[in-house]
Amino acid sequence: MKLQKIIESVDGKILTENIFRDIDISGAYSSDLLSDVMGNSHQGEIWITIMRHLNVIAVASLAEMPVILFPKNFNPDEKVIEKAISENIILITSPYQTFEICGKIYNLLNKSDEMV
Amino acid sequence: MSEYTYINPKFEKEINEFSKKTLVPELTLNYDIKVRDFVNTGNASADIKLTLKRLGVSSPVLRRVAISSYEAEINITAHSKGGNIICNVYPEFVHIQFKDKGPGLKDIEQAMIPGWSTADDAVREMGFGAGLGLPNIKKNSDYLHIVSAENSPTLVEILIFYIEK
Repeated sequence: MKLQKIIESVDGKILTENIFRDIDISGAYSSDLLSDVMGNSHQGEIWITIMRHLNVIAVASLAEMPVILFPKNFNPDEKVIEKAISENIILITSPYQTFEICGKIYNLLNKSDEMV
Repeated sequence: MSEYTYINPKFEKEINEFSKKTLVPELTLNYDIKVRDFVNTGNASADIKLTLKRLGVSSPVLRRVAISSYEAEINITAHSKGGNIICNVYPEFVHIQFKDKGPGLKDIEQAMIPGWSTADDAVREMGFGAGLGLPNIKKNSDYLHIVSAENSPTLVEILIFYIEK
C-alpha cells in the first residue's frame, strides 16, 4: 500500500518536507509504550502514537519504522521534526483520534489484500 | 551477587566456545552514558547499528541489535549512576557489554518478568518504564548475561550472530 493513499485516508498533513515518501507500507502499529513498540512492531510499519519527544524518533529509526503518525493534530516541537528529517523518518499529523485512524488504515490495508 | 543467563539453543555450541576462548575483536567501539541524559540516549545504539550496517549486516539482524542495544542503553540512562557501552565486532557476531556504576538489581529474575519496573514517573511519562526492556533484549539476542547485586554495578552483555538459524 502506497503511503500517499494512507495519508489521504486520514486527512494527514506531512510535517517533514523533502523526505522521499513514495514508499510502500506493510502495516501499522499503535502504542505509546516505547518498549511495546520495539518488541511487537515490524520493520516498514507506520507507528501511530501520541508521544512526540526526541526518543520517539530514536525508536522509529532503530526499529526501522519509516513513518510516525500523530493523532488529533498533535504537532511535535521543531527540534523533533529536525531530528526526524535527519533520520529520514516521515512525520504526519491527522485530525482524527487514534481509534479512528486505526480503523481507516485497517480497512484500507484489508481492502488492498482482497484486491490481490 | 546474582546472575542470569539466557542462551539461544541454536547457538549453544558457538556461545560456549566464545566464553572459553579469548578472541580479538576486529573492531571495538566505546561509549560513555550519562545519568538521565534523555536527549542523547540512543546515540550509542544508533552508531553501533550504523557501523554494522556499513559492514554489511542484514536488516533483520540490525533491527535486533538496535532494539537490544537501545533497551540496555535506556536502562543505564534511566536507572543507573551512569556507565559505558563496549561493543566488540567479530566476523560472525557482535558482543556488546553495558556496564553501569550501580545501584544494581536486587533480584534479576524479578526484573526479567514483563511488566515489572522500578521506573519513576518522569521516565514513564516518556513512554519508557513499562517493564519490557530486559524481556525485549532476551527476545532479540542470542545470548544474554546479567550480573548484579544491590548497591553494586550491573553488567548486561549480549551476543547476536549475523546469520540467523
